[in-house]
Amino acid sequence: MRETISSCMEYYPEMEQINSDIMSKVLAMSGTVNFDSYTQSDVQSVLSKDFLSPEDFTVLLSPAAEQYVEPMIIRAKTETFKHFGNSVCLFTPIYIANYCENQCVYCGFNCMNKIKRAKLSLDEIETDMQNIAQTGLKEILILTGEARNASGVEYIGDAIKIAKKYFLNIGIEIYPLNSDEYNYLHSCGADFVSVYQETYIPDIYDKVHPFGHKRSYPYRFNAQERALMGGMRGVSFGSLLGLGEFRKDSFSAGYHAYLIQKKYPHAEISFSFPRIRPYVNKEFSNSGDVFEMQLLQLMLAFRIFMPYAGITISTRERDFFRNNIVGIAATKISAGVSVGVGGHASDTKGDEQFEISDPRSVQEIHHMLLSEGLQPVYNDYVRV
Amino acid sequence: MDKLKLGKYSFDSRFILGSGKFSLKMMETVIEHGGVEIATLAVRRANTGKDENILDYIPNGITLLPNTSGARNAQEAVRIAKLARELGCGDMVKVEVVTDTKYLLPDNYETIKATELLAKEGFTVLPYMYPDLIAAREMVNAGASAIMPLGAPIGSNKGLLTKEFIQILVNEIDLPVIVDAGIGKPSQACEAMELGADAVMANTAIATAGNIAQMAKAFKSAIEAGRNAYLAGFGRVLDLQGEASSPLTGFLEGLK
Repeated sequence: MRETISSCMEYYPEMEQINSDIMSKVLAMSGTVNFDSYTQSDVQSVLSKDFLSPEDFTVLLSPAAEQYVEPMIIRAKTETFKHFGNSVCLFTPIYIANYCENQCVYCGFNCMNKIKRAKLSLDEIETDMQNIAQTGLKEILILTGEARNASGVEYIGDAIKIAKKYFLNIGIEIYPLNSDEYNYLHSCGADFVSVYQETYIPDIYDKVHPFGHKRSYPYRFNAQERALMGGMRGVSFGSLLGLGEFRKDSFSAGYHAYLIQKKYPHAEISFSFPRIRPYVNKEFSNSGDVFEMQLLQLMLAFRIFMPYAGITISTRERDFFRNNIVGIAATKISAGVSVGVGGHASDTKGDEQFEISDPRSVQEIHHMLLSEGLQPVYNDYVRV
Repeated sequence: MDKLKLGKYSFDSRFILGSGKFSLKMMETVIEHGGVEIATLAVRRANTGKDENILDYIPNGITLLPNTSGARNAQEAVRIAKLARELGCGDMVKVEVVTDTKYLLPDNYETIKATELLAKEGFTVLPYMYPDLIAAREMVNAGASAIMPLGAPIGSNKGLLTKEFIQILVNEIDLPVIVDAGIGKPSQACEAMELGADAVMANTAIATAGNIAQMAKAFKSAIEAGRNAYLAGFGRVLDLQGEASSPLTGFLEGLK
């Protein structure tokens, strides 16, 4: 790779630059929002509205709304039920490689970390996928570390083609691509793209991404839009909670998705809420803590602001939180999760990205959902 | 200042007057009492000769909004709009394409096509439409300067029967939304403005009133009231109470 870009707001030469004003809109609005300026009466006004504006969303994310978590739960449950009924989708991630070329100071896959690196062969991918398919899952999320040289687009395309034999619904969570590359992976069988901005605050982004392709903030920011331009059906948004100021980062992720939905009304939108968990190298970063109550408030605010969006609950959270949030705001839950490479085979080949908090199997999650009065759904999409 | 911006034009008044149902001699009174700055003109009906020429009844300072009523497809709408421009009615036009003579409902599909053709010709295009979000987006892409969804069947005075759908347009469309057709009372005009419409057009409601001038004045006040309420932002409505929260307690207390 060439020299590292000096500012995180630059692109590397091979990166596609699209015509979009969404990033400047998000930066402009998130730069002016003051979460401490709201009062309880602002929260009450917002909760009595049928449709929320982006500014209303900031009110629900504010400290003033912490007192309104109960009414927010009631509203969120109603919205979730209105749009999704009692269905909750199940899926699992599959890590096919953990090589990474970036030095994100908060991440266990940081290329400077001394961890066991691996990249599954196509045969190993097939074995892993067969094992997952036997659990009954129909949706899979294929992940790699962010290293184009180690895990090229063609390799990921091959993994998708294998996944197509076993699964009906294929998502990817890989390094950002140009739109023609997304188009290629779509033609291989992938329909959903997750890219997390980690933090939307450029100063912090700059500090925690000192090196590698990931250092380019705008290229990462516009990944969802390029994915949609490439024909993908749905895109997922989120920030790594605890890295930057979590209210501002959450607002930015929500507003980003809001503007994408406005520009691409056919796109399926979803959110994830990863909190920083213990990982190799954590002591070297200075991340803040986001408590469960705050995480809950964020998820409720998103549900009320964008009631039609999917919300995925990560295994980074413990079973108690996951069991409760599925009836309230979350519409998708991972099950039978391993975040190591080859973790669905008997011998894991590469180390894990982070520690999971909910190791329950697909069967266990399935029964938990039933006992909560919810309907496990294994596929809600048909590719035509 | 809170201006209504339609393409390159801007206005203080948010009350657009339909003119097709008045005697021409009433126009000036209605315009004055209603604080009207924009009045529509049905090109097909406009006398252009010496006698009863509508242009002679329109006071100075009033912007004419010719419409393409009578058009049954996009091509006819374009021809009528061009005719209006040649007659000196300016380049702002309300596109009206009606292919149903029973209910007089607008044909969104042909209207989108007409909007695109006229916008390319440099017109400021205000399409009259059935309030459909997908069609509205197409009109935005076609170059419209505002959209004019109907509130109820034209001439019915039934009010905001399409309220939910107009609300969706207000939420989703960045252009001005002008509620056109069906508004029968000042309270309905006010309601449209409260929910975030940018202007209201009325004709029958005023033309069929007992005292036309007084009703024009009532509409003016109602539209202003609704606009002010919308800009002020509504206070809270207390309807969140009354649900037992006990099932939540275990969850909330267990959080770390």
